[in-house]
Amino acid sequence: MKLADIIAEAHRRHDFGGLVEAIPYARFLGITVAERDGDLIAQLAFDAKLIGNPMLPAIHGGVIGAFLETAAIMKLLWTRESVHVPKTITVTIDYLRSAGPYPTYARGIITKLGSRVANVRTEAWQADPTKPVAAANANFLVTPAEE
Amino acid sequence: MADTTDKQARERIHRVFSGLIPHMDVLGMEAVEAMNGVAVIRLPWRAELVGNPETGVLHGGVVTTLIDTVSGLAALTGLRQPEPVATLDLRIDYLRPATPQADLFARAECYRLTSRIAFVRATAYQGDPDDLVASSVSTFMLTKKLGPQATVVPEDQAS
Repeated sequence: MKLADIIAEAHRRHDFGGLVEAIPYARFLGITVAERDGDLIAQLAFDAKLIGNPMLPAIHGGVIGAFLETAAIMKLLWTRESVHVPKTITVTIDYLRSAGPYPTYARGIITKLGSRVANVRTEAWQADPTKPVAAANANFLVTPAEE
Repeated sequence: MADTTDKQARERIHRVFSGLIPHMDVLGMEAVEAMNGVAVIRLPWRAELVGNPETGVLHGGVVTTLIDTVSGLAALTGLRQPEPVATLDLRIDYLRPATPQADLFARAECYRLTSRIAFVRATAYQGDPDDLVASSVSTFMLTKKLGPQATVVPEDQAS
C-alpha cells in the first residue's frame, strides 16, 4: 500500500494510527498518535533503548527531537487535505527539562499554513503539560492539496 | 601497523562513548573519531530507520539523533574529563534527503567552550564531506563544572 493511500485512508477513518505504523522509524521509537479533545496528540512510550544518559536516566535528546518532528508532521497531515508528506526544511529544538523514564506526549500548533511552507511549534511533556521537557519550531515544505 | 593502531583506537573510542550514551548502540552508531572537541560518527543504513517506506530515505529524526549525538560527543571530548552533557538547543537545516542504503556520517566541532556551555557546529554527509545532507549549530550545558581543557580547537582554526 502506498503512503498516499494510507494517508487518504487515515483521513477517511479519522484514525492516523495506521500511518504512524507505516513509518519504520516511528514504529522503531514506539510513537503512537490519538485524537484527544479535538486535537492530535502524539505519544512516545518509554523504553530502555531510548536512554541517552544512563546516569539520570534521561531519554536521548535526539529521540525527543525526532518525536517532536514526527508530532509536527502528523499534525500537518491530520490538518491538511493533502496526501503528500511535508518535507522538513529546518528544526530548532529547545531542551527545557530532562525527559525521564516515563511516557512523553507532544502536541503541535500550526502557526502558519502557507501554500508552500508551513510553520509548526511543538511541545513535549511528561506528567505535567505545563512543564514541557522540550519545544520545537519547525518549517516544512508542503505540496499544495491539488497537486 | 598504523591500520591496527587506528582500528584499536576506534574500538576504544567506541567502547567509552557507547557506554556513556546507550542509544548510540541501539541505532548502530559508531564513533570513528572523538578527540579534543572534534567528533565523527558513522551510522550504517538500516530498514528500521527509514522515514518513507516507498523511497527508503532515512527519517529526518535519525539525522537529528545522529547530529545531537555527534555534537554532544564533540563537546564532552573538549572537557578535561569526559562527562555527559545536556543539549540546550539544537538547530538543524535539512539540505537534501540522505541516499538510501548508504552510510551516513556526521562531524561536529566544539568551537567554543566556557565553564558551563559548549558551542558546537556539525554537518551530516555521505560519501563526499562537502555534499551536505544537513547542517547544524547547537549548545550544550556542562552538567558538572569541570571547565574546558587547554586543547579545544582554537576559534581561529575552526571553520
